[in-house]
Amino acid sequence: MAYSKKVIEKFENTLNEPKKFNVGRFNPSDLDVGTGMVGAPACGDVMKLQIKCEPKGNSHVIKDVKFKTYGCGSAIASSSELVEMLVGKTLEEAKEIKNKDIANALELPPIKIHCSVLAEDSIKQAIDDYETKQ
Amino acid sequence: MSNNIQQPIYLDYASTTPVDPRVAEKISSHLKMDGVFGNPASRSHKYGWKAEEAVEEARSHVANLVNCDPREIVWTSGATEADNLAIKGVANFYNGKGKHIITSKIEHKAVLDPCRQLERDGFEVTYLDPDAGGCITLDSIKAAVREDTILISIMHLNNELGTLNDIEAIGSFARSRKIFFHVDAAQSTGKVEIDLSKLSIDLMSFSAHKTYGPKGIGALYVSRKPRVRIEAQIHGGGHERGMRSGTLPTHQIVGMGEAFRLAKEEMQADREHVANLHQRFLDGVNGIEEIYVNGDLDRKVPNILNISFAYVEGESLIMALKDVAVSSGSACTSASLEPSYVLRALGRKDELAHSSIRFSFGRFTSNKDVDYTLSILFHAVERLRELSPLWDMHLDGVDLDKVEWN
Repeated sequence: MAYSKKVIEKFENTLNEPKKFNVGRFNPSDLDVGTGMVGAPACGDVMKLQIKCEPKGNSHVIKDVKFKTYGCGSAIASSSELVEMLVGKTLEEAKEIKNKDIANALELPPIKIHCSVLAEDSIKQAIDDYETKQ
Repeated sequence: MSNNIQQPIYLDYASTTPVDPRVAEKISSHLKMDGVFGNPASRSHKYGWKAEEAVEEARSHVANLVNCDPREIVWTSGATEADNLAIKGVANFYNGKGKHIITSKIEHKAVLDPCRQLERDGFEVTYLDPDAGGCITLDSIKAAVREDTILISIMHLNNELGTLNDIEAIGSFARSRKIFFHVDAAQSTGKVEIDLSKLSIDLMSFSAHKTYGPKGIGALYVSRKPRVRIEAQIHGGGHERGMRSGTLPTHQIVGMGEAFRLAKEEMQADREHVANLHQRFLDGVNGIEEIYVNGDLDRKVPNILNISFAYVEGESLIMALKDVAVSSGSACTSASLEPSYVLRALGRKDELAHSSIRFSFGRFTSNKDVDYTLSILFHAVERLRELSPLWDMHLDGVDLDKVEWN
Protein backbone atom coordinates (compact mmCIF):
# COMPACT_ATOMS: atom_id res chain seq x y z
CA MET A 1 0.00 0.00 0.00
CA ALA A 2 1.32 3.34 -0.94
CA TYR A 3 0.76 5.01 2.42
CA SER A 4 2.89 7.84 3.65
CA LYS A 5 4.99 7.34 6.74
CA LYS A 6 2.63 9.74 8.51
CA VAL A 7 -0.44 7.55 7.96
CA ILE A 8 1.39 4.46 9.15
CA GLU A 9 2.78 6.22 12.23
CA LYS A 10 -0.57 7.71 13.13
CA PHE A 11 -2.32 4.40 12.68
CA GLU A 12 0.22 2.47 14.72
CA ASN A 13 0.43 5.02 17.50
CA THR A 14 -3.34 5.13 17.82
CA LEU A 15 -3.50 1.35 17.90
CA ASN A 16 -0.72 1.00 20.45
CA GLU A 17 -1.78 3.81 22.80
CA PRO A 18 -5.55 4.17 22.36
CA LYS A 19 -6.03 6.21 25.57
CA LYS A 20 -3.39 8.77 24.71
CA PHE A 21 -4.91 9.18 21.26
CA ASN A 22 -8.46 9.78 22.57
CA VAL A 23 -9.97 6.43 21.69
CA GLY A 24 -13.10 5.93 23.77
CA ARG A 25 -16.63 7.19 24.28
CA PHE A 26 -18.70 9.63 26.30
CA ASN A 27 -22.31 9.16 27.31
CA PRO A 28 -24.12 10.45 24.22
CA SER A 29 -27.10 11.68 26.26
CA ASP A 30 -25.00 14.07 28.37
CA LEU A 31 -25.94 17.64 27.52
CA ASP A 32 -22.34 18.78 27.13
CA VAL A 33 -21.60 16.00 24.60
CA GLY A 34 -22.15 16.13 20.84
CA THR A 35 -21.98 12.89 18.83
CA GLY A 36 -21.43 12.40 15.13
CA MET A 37 -21.47 9.03 13.42
CA VAL A 38 -20.90 8.79 9.67
CA GLY A 39 -20.29 6.07 7.09
CA ALA A 40 -21.73 2.56 6.87
CA PRO A 41 -20.42 -0.92 7.62
CA ALA A 42 -21.30 -2.06 4.09
CA CYS A 43 -19.00 0.63 2.70
CA GLY A 44 -16.17 -0.37 4.99
CA ASP A 45 -15.95 2.86 7.03
CA VAL A 46 -17.78 4.06 10.15
CA MET A 47 -16.49 7.00 12.18
CA LYS A 48 -17.91 7.98 15.52
CA LEU A 49 -16.72 11.28 16.95
CA GLN A 50 -17.76 12.82 20.28
CA ILE A 51 -16.94 16.27 21.55
CA LYS A 52 -17.33 17.50 25.12
CA CYS A 53 -17.78 21.28 25.25
CA GLU A 54 -18.24 24.12 27.71
CA PRO A 55 -19.50 27.66 27.15
CA LYS A 56 -16.83 30.34 26.95
CA GLY A 57 -17.83 33.95 26.31
CA ASN A 58 -20.21 34.00 23.39
CA SER A 59 -19.03 30.66 22.16
CA HIS A 60 -18.40 27.08 23.23
CA VAL A 61 -15.00 25.45 23.49
CA ILE A 62 -14.14 21.81 22.86
CA LYS A 63 -12.68 20.53 26.12
CA ASP A 64 -12.24 16.90 25.25
CA VAL A 65 -12.79 14.56 22.31
CA LYS A 66 -13.30 10.83 21.99
CA PHE A 67 -13.53 8.72 18.87
CA LYS A 68 -13.89 5.22 17.52
CA THR A 69 -13.41 4.26 13.91
CA TYR A 70 -14.05 1.12 11.90
CA GLY A 71 -12.25 1.32 8.59
CA CYS A 72 -9.02 1.05 6.72
CA GLY A 73 -5.73 2.33 8.05
CA SER A 74 -6.16 5.78 6.55
CA ALA A 75 -9.69 6.12 7.95
CA ILE A 76 -8.37 5.42 11.44
CA ALA A 77 -5.42 7.77 10.91
CA SER A 78 -7.74 10.52 9.56
CA SER A 79 -10.00 10.35 12.62
CA SER A 80 -7.05 10.41 14.92
CA GLU A 81 -5.52 13.39 13.08
CA LEU A 82 -8.81 15.30 13.25
CA VAL A 83 -9.18 14.63 16.96
CA GLU A 84 -5.78 16.14 17.60
CA MET A 85 -6.83 19.30 15.75
CA LEU A 86 -10.01 19.76 17.79
CA VAL A 87 -9.06 20.04 21.45
CA GLY A 88 -9.16 23.62 22.67
CA LYS A 89 -10.87 25.00 19.59
CA THR A 90 -14.12 26.95 19.67
CA LEU A 91 -17.00 25.46 17.69
CA GLU A 92 -16.58 28.21 15.11
CA GLU A 93 -12.94 27.32 14.66
CA ALA A 94 -13.76 23.62 14.50
CA LYS A 95 -16.26 24.26 11.73
CA GLU A 96 -13.45 25.72 9.68
CA ILE A 97 -11.53 22.43 9.56
CA LYS A 98 -11.72 21.04 6.06
CA ASN A 99 -10.98 17.58 4.72
CA LYS A 100 -7.99 19.05 2.87
CA ASP A 101 -6.35 19.96 6.18
CA ILE A 102 -6.49 16.33 7.23
CA ALA A 103 -5.50 14.95 3.84
CA ASN A 104 -2.52 17.30 3.66
CA ALA A 105 -1.37 16.63 7.20
CA LEU A 106 -1.32 12.88 6.52
CA GLU A 107 -0.28 13.06 2.86
CA LEU A 108 -3.19 10.80 1.95
CA PRO A 109 -3.02 9.15 -1.47
CA PRO A 110 -5.78 10.35 -3.85
CA ILE A 111 -7.70 7.07 -3.60
CA LYS A 112 -8.05 7.64 0.17
CA ILE A 113 -9.28 11.25 0.13
CA HIS A 114 -12.79 10.02 0.99
CA CYS A 115 -11.46 9.06 4.44
CA SER A 116 -10.71 12.72 5.16
CA VAL A 117 -14.12 13.76 3.79
CA LEU A 118 -15.74 11.34 6.20
CA ALA A 119 -13.71 12.83 9.06
CA GLU A 120 -14.91 16.33 8.15
CA ASP A 121 -18.51 15.06 8.07
CA SER A 122 -18.11 13.53 11.51
CA ILE A 123 -17.11 16.80 13.18
CA LYS A 124 -19.93 18.69 11.43
CA GLN A 125 -22.43 16.17 12.69
CA ALA A 126 -21.02 16.21 16.23
CA ILE A 127 -21.25 20.02 16.36
CA ASP A 128 -24.83 19.93 15.02
CA ASP A 129 -25.79 17.43 17.68
CA TYR A 130 -24.20 19.52 20.43
CA GLU A 131 -25.79 22.76 19.25
CA THR A 132 -29.29 21.29 19.08
CA LYS A 133 -28.93 20.27 22.73
CA GLN A 134 -28.14 23.81 23.89
CA MET B 1 10.57 -15.33 20.00
CA SER B 2 10.67 -14.55 16.34
CA ASN B 3 14.41 -14.30 15.82
CA ASN B 4 14.70 -17.44 13.76
CA ILE B 5 11.61 -16.76 11.65
CA GLN B 6 11.84 -14.97 8.34
CA GLN B 7 9.64 -11.90 8.45
CA PRO B 8 7.12 -11.02 7.37
CA ILE B 9 5.81 -14.57 7.65
CA TYR B 10 4.57 -15.65 4.25
CA LEU B 11 0.98 -16.90 4.41
CA ASP B 12 -0.05 -15.99 0.89
CA TYR B 13 0.68 -19.21 -0.99
CA ALA B 14 -2.57 -18.90 -2.95
CA SER B 15 -1.20 -15.74 -4.48
CA THR B 16 2.11 -17.32 -5.46
CA THR B 17 4.52 -19.86 -4.04
CA PRO B 18 8.26 -19.52 -3.71
CA VAL B 19 10.13 -21.68 -6.23
CA ASP B 20 11.25 -24.95 -4.66
CA PRO B 21 15.08 -24.96 -4.42
CA ARG B 22 15.19 -28.18 -6.49
CA VAL B 23 13.18 -26.43 -9.19
CA ALA B 24 15.45 -23.37 -9.09
CA GLU B 25 18.45 -25.61 -9.62
CA LYS B 26 16.82 -27.23 -12.61
CA ILE B 27 16.00 -23.84 -14.11
CA SER B 28 19.53 -22.51 -13.68
CA SER B 29 20.96 -25.53 -15.49
CA HIS B 30 18.97 -24.52 -18.59
CA LEU B 31 20.18 -20.98 -19.07
CA LYS B 32 23.87 -20.63 -19.71
CA MET B 33 26.42 -21.71 -22.32
CA ASP B 34 27.36 -24.77 -20.28
CA GLY B 35 23.72 -25.69 -19.77
CA VAL B 36 20.79 -26.67 -21.98
CA PHE B 37 20.02 -23.21 -23.34
CA GLY B 38 19.15 -24.07 -26.95
CA ASN B 39 16.00 -23.28 -28.87
CA PRO B 40 13.86 -26.42 -28.83
CA ALA B 41 12.74 -25.58 -32.36
CA SER B 42 16.30 -25.72 -33.73
CA ARG B 43 16.46 -28.93 -35.71
CA SER B 44 19.96 -28.53 -37.09
CA HIS B 45 22.18 -29.05 -34.04
CA LYS B 46 22.63 -30.69 -30.69
CA TYR B 47 21.74 -27.56 -28.69
CA GLY B 48 18.28 -27.62 -30.16
CA TRP B 49 17.85 -31.38 -29.79
CA LYS B 50 18.90 -31.26 -26.13
CA ALA B 51 16.46 -28.44 -25.44
CA GLU B 52 13.67 -30.29 -27.19
CA GLU B 53 14.41 -33.36 -25.11
CA ALA B 54 14.22 -31.30 -21.92
CA VAL B 55 10.93 -29.72 -22.99
CA GLU B 56 9.40 -33.09 -23.82
CA GLU B 57 10.53 -34.58 -20.54
CA ALA B 58 8.89 -31.66 -18.74
CA ARG B 59 5.73 -32.17 -20.77
CA SER B 60 5.63 -35.77 -19.54
CA HIS B 61 5.96 -34.63 -15.94
CA VAL B 62 3.02 -32.27 -16.33
CA ALA B 63 0.98 -34.95 -18.08
CA ASN B 64 1.88 -37.46 -15.38
CA LEU B 65 0.57 -35.31 -12.57
CA VAL B 66 -2.89 -35.16 -14.15
CA ASN B 67 -2.75 -38.53 -15.95
CA CYS B 68 -3.12 -37.50 -19.57
CA ASP B 69 -1.14 -37.97 -22.78
CA PRO B 70 1.83 -35.56 -23.06
CA ARG B 71 0.56 -34.69 -26.54
CA GLU B 72 -2.46 -33.13 -24.85
CA ILE B 73 -0.33 -30.50 -23.08
CA VAL B 74 0.15 -27.09 -24.74
CA TRP B 75 2.63 -24.69 -23.11
CA THR B 76 1.39 -21.17 -22.43
CA SER B 77 2.71 -18.17 -20.53
CA GLY B 78 0.55 -19.04 -17.54
CA ALA B 79 -2.96 -19.96 -16.49
CA THR B 80 -4.33 -16.60 -17.66
CA GLU B 81 -3.24 -17.33 -21.21
CA ALA B 82 -4.42 -20.93 -20.94
CA ASP B 83 -7.87 -19.71 -19.83
CA ASN B 84 -7.98 -17.21 -22.70
CA LEU B 85 -6.89 -19.83 -25.21
CA ALA B 86 -9.44 -22.37 -23.98
CA ILE B 87 -12.43 -20.03 -23.80
CA LYS B 88 -11.84 -17.83 -26.83
CA GLY B 89 -10.33 -20.76 -28.72
CA VAL B 90 -13.45 -22.92 -28.36
CA ALA B 91 -15.86 -20.03 -28.80
CA ASN B 92 -14.16 -18.88 -32.00
CA PHE B 93 -13.87 -22.38 -33.44
CA TYR B 94 -17.40 -23.54 -32.67
CA ASN B 95 -19.33 -20.29 -32.94
CA GLY B 96 -21.38 -21.79 -35.76
CA LYS B 97 -22.67 -24.36 -33.26
CA GLY B 98 -23.90 -21.96 -30.64
CA LYS B 99 -23.28 -18.67 -28.87
CA HIS B 100 -23.96 -19.49 -25.23
CA ILE B 101 -21.38 -20.01 -22.49
CA ILE B 102 -21.89 -20.91 -18.83
CA THR B 103 -19.44 -19.91 -16.13
CA SER B 104 -19.67 -18.75 -12.51
CA LYS B 105 -19.41 -15.53 -10.51
CA ILE B 106 -16.52 -16.88 -8.45
CA GLU B 107 -14.16 -17.57 -11.35
CA HIS B 108 -10.80 -15.88 -11.58
CA LYS B 109 -10.68 -12.73 -13.72
CA ALA B 110 -8.68 -14.75 -16.27
CA VAL B 111 -11.95 -16.55 -17.03
CA LEU B 112 -14.40 -13.70 -16.40
CA ASP B 113 -12.64 -11.13 -18.58
CA PRO B 114 -12.40 -13.36 -21.70
CA CYS B 115 -16.10 -14.11 -21.21
CA ARG B 116 -16.86 -10.39 -21.05
CA GLN B 117 -14.85 -9.93 -24.24
CA LEU B 118 -16.86 -12.68 -25.96
CA GLU B 119 -20.07 -10.93 -24.87
CA ARG B 120 -18.86 -7.88 -26.76
CA ASP B 121 -18.29 -10.18 -29.75
CA GLY B 122 -21.90 -11.36 -29.69
CA PHE B 123 -21.83 -14.34 -27.31
CA GLU B 124 -24.18 -14.72 -24.37
CA VAL B 125 -22.73 -15.70 -21.03
CA THR B 126 -24.53 -16.97 -17.92
CA TYR B 127 -22.69 -16.28 -14.67
CA LEU B 128 -23.83 -18.73 -11.99
CA ASP B 129 -24.03 -17.94 -8.28
CA PRO B 130 -22.28 -20.30 -5.89
CA ASP B 131 -24.19 -21.92 -3.04
CA ALA B 132 -23.74 -20.45 0.44
CA GLY B 133 -20.70 -22.68 0.99
CA GLY B 134 -18.89 -21.30 -2.05
CA CYS B 135 -19.40 -24.15 -4.55
CA ILE B 136 -21.10 -24.29 -7.94
CA THR B 137 -23.84 -26.91 -7.96
CA LEU B 138 -24.62 -29.26 -10.83
CA ASP B 139 -28.28 -28.29 -10.51
CA SER B 140 -27.53 -24.65 -11.21
CA ILE B 141 -25.62 -25.69 -14.33
CA LYS B 142 -28.44 -27.96 -15.49
CA ALA B 143 -30.89 -25.11 -15.06
CA ALA B 144 -28.75 -22.75 -17.13
CA VAL B 145 -28.03 -25.04 -20.07
CA ARG B 146 -29.61 -24.11 -23.39
CA GLU B 147 -29.79 -25.63 -26.84
CA ASP B 148 -27.02 -23.32 -28.02
CA THR B 149 -24.65 -23.76 -25.05
CA ILE B 150 -21.21 -24.64 -26.42
CA LEU B 151 -18.98 -24.27 -23.37
CA ILE B 152 -19.06 -24.60 -19.60
CA SER B 153 -16.09 -23.10 -17.72
CA ILE B 154 -15.91 -23.83 -14.00
CA MET B 155 -12.85 -23.63 -11.78
CA HIS B 156 -11.62 -26.64 -9.83
CA LEU B 157 -10.52 -24.87 -6.66
CA ASN B 158 -11.50 -21.34 -5.77
CA ASN B 159 -8.53 -19.09 -5.09
CA GLU B 160 -10.15 -16.98 -2.38
CA LEU B 161 -12.07 -19.62 -0.46
CA GLY B 162 -10.29 -22.88 -1.20
CA THR B 163 -13.61 -24.52 -2.06
CA LEU B 164 -13.71 -27.40 -4.56
CA ASN B 165 -16.22 -27.88 -7.32
CA ASP B 166 -17.43 -31.33 -8.33
CA ILE B 167 -15.75 -31.37 -11.74
CA GLU B 168 -16.44 -35.10 -12.09
CA ALA B 169 -20.21 -34.66 -11.98
CA ILE B 170 -20.21 -31.46 -14.02
CA GLY B 171 -17.98 -33.12 -16.64
CA SER B 172 -20.23 -36.17 -17.00
CA PHE B 173 -23.24 -33.94 -17.44
CA ALA B 174 -21.50 -31.67 -19.96
CA ARG B 175 -20.37 -34.64 -22.01
CA SER B 176 -23.85 -36.16 -22.01
CA ARG B 177 -25.08 -32.91 -23.51
CA LYS B 178 -22.12 -32.62 -25.91
CA ILE B 179 -21.03 -29.33 -24.37
CA PHE B 180 -17.32 -28.63 -24.01
CA PHE B 181 -16.08 -28.38 -20.43
CA HIS B 182 -13.13 -26.20 -19.43
CA VAL B 183 -11.67 -26.28 -15.92
CA ASP B 184 -9.31 -23.67 -14.49
CA ALA B 185 -7.05 -25.80 -12.29
CA ALA B 186 -4.46 -23.12 -11.53
CA GLN B 187 -4.93 -23.59 -7.79
CA SER B 188 -5.48 -27.32 -7.51
CA THR B 189 -2.38 -29.01 -8.92
CA GLY B 190 -0.43 -30.73 -6.17
CA LYS B 191 -3.28 -30.17 -3.73
CA VAL B 192 -5.92 -32.54 -5.07
CA GLU B 193 -5.67 -35.65 -7.24
CA ILE B 194 -6.62 -34.98 -10.86
CA ASP B 195 -7.08 -37.99 -13.16
CA LEU B 196 -7.95 -36.76 -16.62
CA SER B 197 -8.18 -40.34 -17.92
CA LYS B 198 -11.29 -40.74 -15.78
CA LEU B 199 -12.72 -37.22 -15.85
CA SER B 200 -14.86 -35.94 -18.71
CA ILE B 201 -12.96 -32.73 -19.21
CA ASP B 202 -12.03 -31.20 -22.56
CA LEU B 203 -9.76 -28.37 -21.49
CA MET B 204 -7.86 -27.67 -18.28
CA SER B 205 -5.62 -24.71 -17.39
CA PHE B 206 -2.48 -25.02 -15.28
CA SER B 207 -0.04 -22.60 -13.71
CA ALA B 208 3.50 -23.33 -12.51
CA HIS B 209 3.84 -20.62 -9.89
CA LYS B 210 1.06 -21.82 -7.59
CA THR B 211 2.84 -25.16 -7.30
CA TYR B 212 6.44 -24.13 -6.46
CA GLY B 213 7.39 -23.49 -10.08
CA PRO B 214 8.40 -20.22 -11.75
CA LYS B 215 6.05 -17.43 -12.84
CA GLY B 216 5.49 -16.89 -16.54
CA ILE B 217 4.75 -20.48 -17.53
CA GLY B 218 1.60 -22.56 -17.62
CA ALA B 219 -0.13 -25.07 -19.81
CA LEU B 220 -3.45 -25.96 -21.33
CA TYR B 221 -4.67 -29.54 -21.53
CA VAL B 222 -6.49 -30.05 -24.83
CA SER B 223 -8.27 -33.39 -24.98
CA ARG B 224 -7.53 -35.67 -27.95
CA LYS B 225 -10.20 -38.29 -27.21
CA PRO B 226 -12.77 -36.97 -27.70
CA ARG B 227 -11.04 -34.35 -29.72
CA VAL B 228 -11.59 -30.67 -29.05
CA ARG B 229 -10.46 -28.05 -31.54
CA ILE B 230 -9.46 -24.54 -30.58
CA GLU B 231 -8.60 -21.51 -32.62
CA ALA B 232 -5.11 -20.20 -31.87
CA GLN B 233 -4.96 -16.78 -30.25
CA ILE B 234 -1.26 -16.13 -30.89
CA HIS B 235 0.16 -16.71 -34.35
CA GLY B 236 3.75 -16.85 -35.52
CA GLY B 237 5.66 -20.03 -36.26
CA GLY B 238 3.11 -22.71 -35.53
CA HIS B 239 4.70 -24.05 -32.36
CA GLU B 240 2.67 -26.37 -30.11
CA ARG B 241 0.82 -27.93 -33.04
CA GLY B 242 -0.28 -24.52 -34.19
CA MET B 243 -2.24 -23.85 -31.02
CA ARG B 244 0.30 -21.49 -29.45
CA SER B 245 3.16 -19.96 -31.37
CA GLY B 246 6.27 -18.52 -29.80
CA THR B 247 9.72 -19.85 -28.93
CA LEU B 248 9.40 -22.25 -26.02
CA PRO B 249 11.12 -20.89 -22.90
CA THR B 250 13.15 -23.98 -22.08
CA HIS B 251 14.19 -22.90 -18.58
CA GLN B 252 10.65 -22.00 -17.54
CA ILE B 253 9.28 -25.21 -18.97
CA VAL B 254 11.79 -27.46 -17.20
CA GLY B 255 10.98 -25.50 -14.05
CA MET B 256 7.29 -26.27 -14.40
CA GLY B 257 8.07 -29.88 -15.26
CA GLU B 258 10.23 -30.34 -12.18
CA ALA B 259 7.69 -28.57 -9.99
CA PHE B 260 4.91 -30.85 -11.21
CA ARG B 261 7.10 -33.95 -10.91
CA LEU B 262 7.75 -33.02 -7.28
CA ALA B 263 4.07 -32.20 -6.77
CA LYS B 264 3.15 -35.75 -7.74
CA GLU B 265 5.90 -37.30 -5.67
CA GLU B 266 5.18 -35.21 -2.59
CA MET B 267 1.45 -34.61 -2.81
CA GLN B 268 0.66 -36.90 0.10
CA ALA B 269 3.29 -35.34 2.34
CA ASP B 270 2.33 -31.79 1.28
CA ARG B 271 -1.31 -32.48 1.99
CA GLU B 272 -0.69 -33.91 5.43
CA HIS B 273 1.64 -31.06 6.29
CA VAL B 274 -0.83 -28.39 5.23
CA ALA B 275 -3.80 -30.17 6.83
CA ASN B 276 -1.94 -30.09 10.16
CA LEU B 277 -1.18 -26.38 9.81
CA HIS B 278 -4.80 -25.66 8.90
CA GLN B 279 -6.09 -27.54 11.96
CA ARG B 280 -3.55 -25.82 14.19
CA PHE B 281 -4.62 -22.43 12.87
CA LEU B 282 -8.33 -23.20 13.22
CA ASP B 283 -7.90 -24.49 16.78
CA GLY B 284 -6.00 -21.34 17.68
CA VAL B 285 -8.23 -18.83 15.99
CA ASN B 286 -11.32 -20.35 17.59
CA GLY B 287 -10.44 -18.39 20.70
CA ILE B 288 -11.46 -15.17 18.94
CA GLU B 289 -15.17 -14.35 19.12
CA GLU B 290 -17.34 -13.36 16.19
CA ILE B 291 -15.31 -14.86 13.39
CA TYR B 292 -16.72 -16.59 10.33
CA VAL B 293 -14.97 -19.01 8.03
CA ASN B 294 -15.89 -18.20 4.43
CA GLY B 295 -16.39 -21.31 2.32
CA ASP B 296 -17.64 -24.66 3.49
CA LEU B 297 -14.98 -26.38 5.64
CA ASP B 298 -16.13 -29.82 4.44
CA ARG B 299 -15.75 -28.95 0.79
CA LYS B 300 -12.48 -27.06 0.77
CA VAL B 301 -8.76 -27.73 0.78
CA PRO B 302 -6.76 -26.89 3.90
CA ASN B 303 -4.31 -24.75 1.93
CA ILE B 304 -6.62 -21.74 1.99
CA LEU B 305 -8.46 -20.40 5.02
CA ASN B 306 -10.61 -17.31 4.53
CA ILE B 307 -11.89 -15.76 7.74
CA SER B 308 -14.03 -12.70 8.41
CA PHE B 309 -13.29 -10.93 11.67
CA ALA B 310 -16.55 -9.13 12.31
CA TYR B 311 -16.42 -5.44 13.28
CA VAL B 312 -12.81 -5.15 12.08
CA GLU B 313 -11.95 -3.84 8.62
CA GLY B 314 -9.60 -6.08 6.65
CA GLU B 315 -7.09 -3.54 5.45
CA SER B 316 -6.57 -2.14 8.94
CA LEU B 317 -6.10 -5.70 10.17
CA ILE B 318 -3.47 -6.31 7.50
CA MET B 319 -1.70 -3.11 8.61
CA ALA B 320 -1.81 -4.25 12.19
CA LEU B 321 -0.44 -7.64 11.12
CA LYS B 322 2.56 -6.11 9.44
CA ASP B 323 4.76 -9.08 10.32
CA VAL B 324 2.54 -11.42 8.31
CA ALA B 325 2.01 -11.41 4.54
CA VAL B 326 -1.65 -12.17 3.83
CA SER B 327 -4.35 -10.79 1.57
CA SER B 328 -7.85 -9.45 2.14
CA GLY B 329 -11.22 -9.27 0.44
CA SER B 330 -11.55 -5.75 1.77
CA ALA B 331 -12.37 -3.00 -0.69
CA CYS B 332 -9.55 -0.89 0.63
CA THR B 333 -6.88 -3.27 -0.57
CA SER B 334 -8.23 -3.21 -4.11
CA ALA B 335 -7.67 -0.48 -6.66
CA SER B 336 -11.39 -0.41 -7.48
CA LEU B 337 -12.54 0.12 -3.86
CA GLU B 338 -14.97 -2.78 -4.37
CA PRO B 339 -14.96 -5.61 -1.85
CA SER B 340 -14.20 -9.10 -3.17
CA TYR B 341 -16.73 -10.20 -5.79
CA VAL B 342 -16.22 -13.80 -4.69
CA LEU B 343 -17.25 -13.09 -1.11
CA ARG B 344 -20.16 -10.95 -2.26
CA ALA B 345 -21.33 -13.80 -4.51
CA LEU B 346 -21.72 -15.95 -1.38
CA GLY B 347 -24.68 -13.76 -0.52
CA ARG B 348 -23.29 -12.66 2.83
CA LYS B 349 -23.33 -9.10 4.06
CA ASP B 350 -20.81 -6.75 2.45
CA GLU B 351 -19.23 -6.03 5.81
CA LEU B 352 -18.08 -9.64 6.05
CA ALA B 353 -16.20 -9.16 2.78
CA HIS B 354 -14.63 -5.98 4.14
CA SER B 355 -13.58 -7.90 7.24
CA SER B 356 -12.04 -10.89 5.53
CA ILE B 357 -8.48 -12.12 5.50
CA ARG B 358 -7.19 -14.98 3.40
CA PHE B 359 -4.48 -17.08 5.05
CA SER B 360 -2.87 -19.61 2.73
CA PHE B 361 -0.31 -22.20 3.78
CA GLY B 362 2.20 -24.27 1.86
CA ARG B 363 5.20 -26.56 1.75
CA PHE B 364 7.51 -24.16 3.60
CA THR B 365 5.10 -22.98 6.31
CA SER B 366 6.03 -24.16 9.81
CA ASN B 367 4.11 -24.67 13.04
CA LYS B 368 6.14 -21.78 14.43
CA ASP B 369 4.87 -19.52 11.63
CA VAL B 370 1.30 -20.42 12.53
CA ASP B 371 1.82 -19.95 16.27
CA TYR B 372 3.48 -16.59 15.86
CA THR B 373 0.78 -15.40 13.47
CA LEU B 374 -1.93 -16.44 15.91
CA SER B 375 -0.26 -14.57 18.76
CA ILE B 376 -0.16 -11.28 16.89
CA LEU B 377 -3.56 -11.88 15.32
CA PHE B 378 -5.24 -12.09 18.74
CA HIS B 379 -3.61 -8.88 19.80
CA ALA B 380 -4.43 -7.03 16.56
CA VAL B 381 -8.11 -8.05 16.50
CA GLU B 382 -8.51 -7.11 20.13
CA ARG B 383 -7.01 -3.66 19.61
CA LEU B 384 -8.92 -2.91 16.43
CA ARG B 385 -12.17 -3.91 18.11
CA GLU B 386 -11.30 -1.59 20.97
CA LEU B 387 -11.19 1.08 18.24
CA SER B 388 -14.36 -0.04 16.48
CA PRO B 389 -17.68 1.74 17.08
CA LEU B 390 -19.38 -1.32 15.59
CA TRP B 391 -17.88 -3.57 18.24
CA ASP B 392 -19.27 -1.23 20.94
CA MET B 393 -22.68 -1.38 19.33
CA HIS B 394 -22.47 -5.16 19.14
CA LEU B 395 -21.57 -5.32 22.84
CA ASP B 396 -24.45 -2.95 23.61
CA GLY B 397 -26.80 -5.34 21.83
CA VAL B 398 -27.53 -3.04 18.88
CA ASP B 399 -28.62 -4.88 15.73
CA LEU B 400 -26.42 -3.29 13.06
CA ASP B 401 -28.78 -4.37 10.30
CA LYS B 402 -31.50 -2.19 11.80
CA VAL B 403 -29.40 0.95 12.09
CA GLU B 404 -29.98 3.61 9.46
CA TRP B 405 -26.55 4.53 8.16
CA ASN B 406 -25.90 7.81 6.46
